[in-house]
Amino acid sequence: MRVTAFLTDSTLCIGCKACEVACKEWNEVPDDGFDWSGFSYDNTGSVGHSTWRHVKFVEQAPEAGLGGNDPDLASWTFSSDVCKHCENAGCLEACPTGAIVRTEFGGVFLQPDICNGCGYCVVACPFGVVEKRPGDGRAFKCTFCYDRQKVGLTPACAKACPTESIQFGEIESLRLKAKERVQELHARGMEDATLYDAADSSVGGTHAMFVVRGDPRAYNLPPNPECPTVYLKKAWTSSAVAAALLVGGSLIAFLADRKRPSR
Amino acid sequence: MLRKLLSQWPLLRQIRSGADGTGVEAMSVRTRDLAPKNVDAEVTRSICPYCAVGCGQLIFHKHNKLVSIEGDPGSPISRGRLCPKGADTFELHTHPARLTRVKYRAPHSLKWEYLDPETAMDMVADRLWDARERSFEESRDGQTLMRTTTVAHLGGATLDDEENYLIKKLFTAGLGMVCISNQARI
Amino acid sequence: MPGLGTSFGRGGATTAQQDLANSDAILIMGSSMAENHPVGFQWVMEARERGATVIHVDPRFTRTSAMADIWVPLRAGTDTVFLGGLIHYALTHDKVFREYVVHYTNAATLVRDDFQDTEDLDGLFSGWDEATRQYDPTSWKYREAEGEGLTPADPTLQDPKCVYQVLKRHFSRYTPEMVERICGVPRDVFVKTAEAFTAASGHEKTGALCYAVGFTQHSNGVQIIRSAAILQLLLGNIGRPGGGILALRGHASIQGSTDIPTLFDILPGYLPMPALGPDSLDLQSYVAKNSSQTGLWANFDKYFISLLKAYYGESATPENQYGFHWLPRISGDHSHFGYWLDMADGKMEGLFVMGQNPAVGAPNARLERRALAKLKWLVVREMVETETAAFWYDSPEISSGELATEDIATEVFLFPAAGSAEKAGTFTNTQRLLQFREKAVDPPGEARSEAWFMHHLARRLKARAVGDARPRNAGLNALTWNYATEGRHHEPVIAEVLQEINGRSLPGGELLEGSAQLKNDGTTACGCWIYSGVFPSPGRNRANERSPKGYLGHGWGFAWPNDIRILYNRASAAPDGSPWSERKKLVWWSEQDRRWDGLDTPDYPRDLSPAAPADLRAGIGVTALGGQNPFILHADGKGWLYVPTGLKDGPLPTHYEALESPFPNAMHSQQCDPAAQTMARPDNLYADSPGDPRYPHILTTYRLTEHHTAGGMSRTLSHLAELQPELFTEVSPELAAEAGLDHGAMARVVTPRGEIVARVLVTQRMHPLWVQGRRIHQVGLPYHWGYRGLVTGDVVNDLLAISEEPNVRINETKALVCAILPVAVETERA
Repeated sequence: MRVTAFLTDSTLCIGCKACEVACKEWNEVPDDGFDWSGFSYDNTGSVGHSTWRHVKFVEQAPEAGLGGNDPDLASWTFSSDVCKHCENAGCLEACPTGAIVRTEFGGVFLQPDICNGCGYCVVACPFGVVEKRPGDGRAFKCTFCYDRQKVGLTPACAKACPTESIQFGEIESLRLKAKERVQELHARGMEDATLYDAADSSVGGTHAMFVVRGDPRAYNLPPNPECPTVYLKKAWTSSAVAAALLVGGSLIAFLADRKRPSR
Repeated sequence: MLRKLLSQWPLLRQIRSGADGTGVEAMSVRTRDLAPKNVDAEVTRSICPYCAVGCGQLIFHKHNKLVSIEGDPGSPISRGRLCPKGADTFELHTHPARLTRVKYRAPHSLKWEYLDPETAMDMVADRLWDARERSFEESRDGQTLMRTTTVAHLGGATLDDEENYLIKKLFTAGLGMVCISNQARI
Repeated sequence: MPGLGTSFGRGGATTAQQDLANSDAILIMGSSMAENHPVGFQWVMEARERGATVIHVDPRFTRTSAMADIWVPLRAGTDTVFLGGLIHYALTHDKVFREYVVHYTNAATLVRDDFQDTEDLDGLFSGWDEATRQYDPTSWKYREAEGEGLTPADPTLQDPKCVYQVLKRHFSRYTPEMVERICGVPRDVFVKTAEAFTAASGHEKTGALCYAVGFTQHSNGVQIIRSAAILQLLLGNIGRPGGGILALRGHASIQGSTDIPTLFDILPGYLPMPALGPDSLDLQSYVAKNSSQTGLWANFDKYFISLLKAYYGESATPENQYGFHWLPRISGDHSHFGYWLDMADGKMEGLFVMGQNPAVGAPNARLERRALAKLKWLVVREMVETETAAFWYDSPEISSGELATEDIATEVFLFPAAGSAEKAGTFTNTQRLLQFREKAVDPPGEARSEAWFMHHLARRLKARAVGDARPRNAGLNALTWNYATEGRHHEPVIAEVLQEINGRSLPGGELLEGSAQLKNDGTTACGCWIYSGVFPSPGRNRANERSPKGYLGHGWGFAWPNDIRILYNRASAAPDGSPWSERKKLVWWSEQDRRWDGLDTPDYPRDLSPAAPADLRAGIGVTALGGQNPFILHADGKGWLYVPTGLKDGPLPTHYEALESPFPNAMHSQQCDPAAQTMARPDNLYADSPGDPRYPHILTTYRLTEHHTAGGMSRTLSHLAELQPELFTEVSPELAAEAGLDHGAMARVVTPRGEIVARVLVTQRMHPLWVQGRRIHQVGLPYHWGYRGLVTGDVVNDLLAISEEPNVRINETKALVCAILPVAVETERA
C-alpha cells in the first residue's frame, strides 16, 4: 500500500475555500457557527472539530502596480491548513482507548465509534488540530478521507481544489515535487518561498507539507512542532526524582517529628 | 480448538505480529469495513447550477435519493474541480429549508395555506387568462399589436435552455406577453 | 451582448476558458475572476505558471489581484478611459498588429463626411436630438459607394476619414496623463500595464481579456465592452489561440437565457422582436429591415420563418405570412425596470418570477418590494421561500410598519422548484457551450421543473382557447404543444424540446444537422437557429456527449454555432490561409484538400478558398465576402473598430462619468452617457452630479466566492453561510480614520435611495486614489444578504438606483456615490 500525503502550495491558493466545503460535504461535518470574525475573509478561524480544512488569509498592504504574484510583495496570501498526520502523532500516543489509529496510507485516523471523548488527544496535538465537538463530546479531526483512499479515490479537498493548490499523492514524490517547486519559485525571484515539512522535528515528519511565502508561523505552522511524548523520559525522570524527594522529605519530617519532645 | 481460539485473541495476535496496537490491529469493525458512501451508488453526469463556468458534476444516488455530488474529472473545462458553491450542490438539494409543497396566500391573508398542485395550476391559469382578457390589444391604429402588457415574467438565467424556450414560446408567441425579462441583460 | 455583437457579429464570448492557458498576457478587468469563477480561473493560473503576465484592473485588491502579476487600482466608473488609454498607447507606440488590422477590421473603411466625433462636439456625436434624447445614427454610417463601386476604403490607412484615422483622433487625448487624472492610476503603473498587455500581440503572441458585470453594469457598459473589443482587434487578438474576449457570465445559463431569450426585445437566436411601426407592417418589411445582402444575415428570412414554423407548425403558411401577425409587437421599454415602474404605479396585474429574487437582487430593491404589493397576483417558483415570495409578511417595510400585511391584496402562489439534479435540461455556459444534464433523482414532494410548469400551464390555456375564433387566440390555437410526458409527475420529455430547438425538415420531421439546412419556404422548423446541430439525429444529443478530444474539448458538449470553440477563427490564419505562426496556429487552409482545417471547427465556409475574391456588390451571403474576411456575420466581413450601425449611444466609446459621480467629466462637458435613462422619480432619487457634498465617496457593489447572487442558493446552506456569515463593508484605513469607523463596528451606508447598516471591515486592500487633484475614497459592499436564511443582513440593493444603459437597459451597480457614518453603539442592531 502506498504511503500518501498532502502538499499544499499556498502560492497557487486563490482562497476560495472549496476545500473546506468539499470536506464538510463528503464527511458530513456540521457548520462551525455563523460568526463574522473580522480577520480578512476568514470566518471559520482555524482547523478544529468542525473545520478539518481551513484557509488562512494573510493580508499585507498592497501597492498599486504590484499583484500578489509579484516576487517582492506577497500582499494577500491564502493557505489551506489541515491535520498534519504526524509520524509521531501526539494524539495517537495520548489516546487511552485506542480510538486513534494509523492507517495503511500513513494517515492518523480517529475512530468515532471508539472515541469516548476523554480529550487527551486534544492537548497532545502539537498543531492544535484535534478538538472535542460541543454537544457531541467526541473529538474530531481530518480523516485523510480514509474511506476514499481505501478505494483509490483522492481526498475530497484535494479533488475539489480548483487550482491544484492542494495536491495529493505518494509522499516521497510529493516531497520531491515540493522541493522543486520551492527552487522554481526562488528562480522566479520569490526568495521568501519555503517548504514547511516537519521532518526534522520530534513529530518525525508529517503527511502534510506546505509551500508558503514568508514565515510559516503566519499560517499557523509552528517552527518547531513538538510531540509531547518526547518529554516522556524527562517527565518520568523528574517524576521519579520528585517522588524520591517526597518520600525522603516525609521521612525526614517523620523522623524529625519523632525527635521532638512530646507536649 | 482452544489454541485456535487463543490465536484470535488480539493480544496474542499483536505480540506475534509485532504491531504496537496503533495500526490496523486496533481498528474497529466499522473502521475495517469503512467504504466510501457512494461506492455502490448510481452515477449521473451533470453540470453545476451556480455560475456559468459550467463545471462537470457527478451525481451519486441510490434508490432515488442523492448520496453525494462531486466534480466530474472528465470535464475539459473543470477537470473534476469545484468551487465552494459547486462543492455544496448536495446541500443545495437536501437542506431542510427546501420547499416541497405548493403554498398559497389569499388576498389580505396573514398566513400561507397549502394548495394541491393541480388546483394551484388551475387557479394560475384562470388568473392569467382573465388578466389577458382584460388587457389584450389586438391592434392599434390599424397595426398589429397582439399583446398584453399587464402580466410580466422575470427569470431565466438559472433555468434550462429548454425551459426558457417554453417560457418565451407560450408567454410571447402564444399569449402575447411582451414584459419578459431576466438577469441576463448583458 | 451588443458590445460583442456589434464588434464581431455574435453576442457571446469569442473564446473558451481552456484556451486562456495559451495566452501570453491576460487582462482581467470588470471581473474578479478568481472569486466569481474560481474553477475557470485554473486556466489563468496555468497561463501564469507558464509565464504569462496576469493583470487585474479593479478598484479593490481582490483575490484575483492576489494572483496577478500587476494590480491596477482605478476609480470605479472610469473603465473607458483606462481602456482608451491602452488603445491610445497601442496606436502611438507601434503596437498595432497592422496586417491583421488592415485585412480583418474596418480600419480602412471611410465614414461619411457628415460624421462628427465627440472630440468635435464636446462629448456628443453627430445626430443627437435633444428633444427626443436620442441619436439619429445616419451620419455614423460608412461613406456610400458611388455608382457601381464599393464602399470606399483606404488600405494605406492614411485618409483622414478612414476608421483608423477617426479612431486615432478620437483617442488622441486618452494619454497616460489623462488616465492618471481621471482614473487615479499612477502614470508609471499605467505604462507598465500598457507595455505588458500590448506586448501580447503579433504573429507569435496573443493576449486575452476577461470581463464580467464590472463592465456591463454601468450606464455606458456596452461602450466599455466596445473599448475592449477595439483594443483586442487592434492587437490582432480575436479568433486566435490565447486571444479573445471572455465574457464571464454569472449564472449557469445566463448566456443561454439571451441565446434563447427570456427578454422582451429579442427572439431566439438574437432575432429582433417585431416592433410597432413601419418596419414590422408585414413579414416582407420586417425581413428587409433585418437582412443584409452579404454575410450570414442574408439568411435572416430562413432563420425567422423556421422559428415561426417551430412556434406555429402547420398553421404557419405563406398565405398568413407564417403567423407573423400572431407575434406581439413591442413599443418602448418592456424590460424588467420598465414594467416594474409600471407595477409600482399599479398598472400591472400579474407577475411570474422563476429563479430570481428581485426583493434582494434588483436595484432599488425597496421600490421593487413595494411594487409587489401593488400586484393582483404573484407566482413565484423557487427551491426556497425567498424574500420575494415572503414580501407580504416579512420585509423591512412590514417591520417598519410602512406596509401592513392585511392591507396587501396580492394573491401569492409559491411553487417549489426542482433543482439541477432533479430535472433534465441544458445549460449554456460562459463560452457558449451547451451541456445537457440527465435527471438523477425525482424532486422532493411537490417540487417540479419549470418545464413541467410551462407545459401544464400551456395545456390548460390552449384548452381554453379551443373554438375561440377571436384574432387574439389564433396564435395560441396554432401554437404547437405536443410534447410527450414521462414519469409519475408527467414531466415533458426535454429531449423533444431540444429537438424542436435544433430544428427539423418538414413535413418529414428529420432532424437538421445545422443552420445551413434552414429554408425560407416553410419546409424547415427551427426553434433557435444558432443552436441548430445540437441534436442532429434521434440518438445523438451533442450537448450530452462526454468524450472530449484535443485541448478545446470537442466531443464534450456542443458550442454554438456549429461546435466552434473559438469564434472568428479564420483570423488565426494570415490572409493567404497559412497560420500567423506555428506557435499560434488554430485553423488554416489546406491547399491539398482544398478546405479549411485545424484544431477547431472552422468558423468559415469549409471550402471557401483564401484566394476567392470578395463580391460585396453583387454577391449574396457569406461567399460574397470572399476568402479573407473572418467576421462573417457582418455584411463587410470585418471586425468593427467603428460601429456604423447597431448602437444607440455612438459608433465609438467615449468617456462619460457614471450617473452619480463626485467628479465633472474631464474629457468634455457632456457629463453622462446622453442616451442612458435615469428613470428618476420620487422613489428613485439621484444624488446631484457631479460632486454632491452629501455623498462624498464612491460606492461599488460586488459578489464574494462564498455566496451566490441574491443568496437564494447560498444563504440557506450551512456550509456556505458560515464562510461569510454577515454583511460587511470594506473601507480603507484612511477612510475609517476620516469617518470615525471602527473595524468590526457597524456603519450606515447612505444613498439618496436609502440606507443600510453593515459591519466595517477596515482593510489596506481598499486604497484611496488621487483623482483630479484630490483624494477620493471608495466603499465596497458585497450584496448577497437579505433578511431570510441562515445568515442575514441588510439589502445592499436598497441603495442602488434603477437606471438603464441605452442598449441593453442594464442598471448601474458598479459606480455610485454614498456617505458612510458610524452607528452609535446603543443603536447598533442585534
